[in-house]
Amino acid sequence: MRILLRNPNREVELEGPLSVREVLRRVGVAPEGVLVIRGDTLLTSDVRLEDADRVEVRPVISGGAA
Amino acid sequence: MRCSRCRDAAVLELRRYRAAYCGTCLVAHCERQVERAIAEHGMLARGERIGVAVSGGKDSLALWDLLARGGWETVGIHLQLGIGDYSRHSAALTRTFAAERDLELVEVDLTEEVGAAVPALVEGGQRSPCGACGLSKRYLLNKVAREEGLTVLATGHNLDDEAAVLLGNVLTWSTGDLGRQAPVLPHTSGFARRVKPLVRLSERETAAYCVVRAIDYVVEECPMAAGNRHLAHKAALDALEARSPGTKATFYQGYLRQAFPVFHPIAKRDLVLATCEDCGSPTTGTRCAFCRMTERTRRRASEPTPSVTPRARRPSRLRSSPAAEAR
Repeated sequence: MRILLRNPNREVELEGPLSVREVLRRVGVAPEGVLVIRGDTLLTSDVRLEDADRVEVRPVISGGAA
Repeated sequence: MRCSRCRDAAVLELRRYRAAYCGTCLVAHCERQVERAIAEHGMLARGERIGVAVSGGKDSLALWDLLARGGWETVGIHLQLGIGDYSRHSAALTRTFAAERDLELVEVDLTEEVGAAVPALVEGGQRSPCGACGLSKRYLLNKVAREEGLTVLATGHNLDDEAAVLLGNVLTWSTGDLGRQAPVLPHTSGFARRVKPLVRLSERETAAYCVVRAIDYVVEECPMAAGNRHLAHKAALDALEARSPGTKATFYQGYLRQAFPVFHPIAKRDLVLATCEDCGSPTTGTRCAFCRMTERTRRRASEPTPSVTPRARRPSRLRSSPAAEAR
């Protein structure tokens, strides 16, 4: 599966199946600080991801000015 | 995981509530929290035209969406702060949001207003990027409110923002600020009333609300905000919240109940407002901090113009919305 991490943007490839919780543990991200999004759907930590999945790990902190 | 309310598939877990919500129930939860904040603190009155400060980020767009869907009369105010691609992207997303919902949007360009954008104000002044930016926003929002005849401005400060500011004020024992950090700052001469309807929602909730409502917001962090103290305070509170969910809400809501009433009379007693001799804004001195900052920037750029003050410049405005043009 492909994991897109934001701020800064980078991609990580992991082998499935893995739960969202396990993916976040492997990429070293605190679950409370991010949203995990597949397509346009938010995923909870128990959702199982397969090899073909592509998900975005988006920090909930963003912006700051404009 | 199932939704704690309707048992559909959940999309977000909120440990603070020991709950999980599906998309529909999450939106309803956010609506309830905003309605409750508005009612608890007497923030808004029906029939008022509300200026919503809209940066293009998750909080301000979620706020505008929630207020507009709640039937409040709103006008978005977007300040173009001149921070390169970041500001251009923010403006584009804000315009798209307003156009798709046929909402009125007023845009103000800081450079055209005062002759300098935030990066130049930072170079020319003695303030941090966030300090210069915050000062510019306060000044311009207040100016737009006066010119548009708005009595109230709503901003997207959320629970995480307020808890982090509170932590900073406690760490430095800023008694004046501790007496003013309320979800409603009442109208005073020259200042529109300021309200923060998102104070009961964390940024996790506002970000999730935007995803569920398909609101395209600026995901990137401001390039000038990196390393600021406010983010460090947020990180400290995040660590506490991870160990003990609900810490931020207890800290902030406890402050409002128990500490604000103690500090508020002190802050009120110590605050004497005068009128800025350059721009007419309220100030504690003879000239407001914004006029002092812009003058330093002009001096540095060797502009021969002590006579050109922000007041002397005609605001640069763009207004979008067919409804507004017809008014």
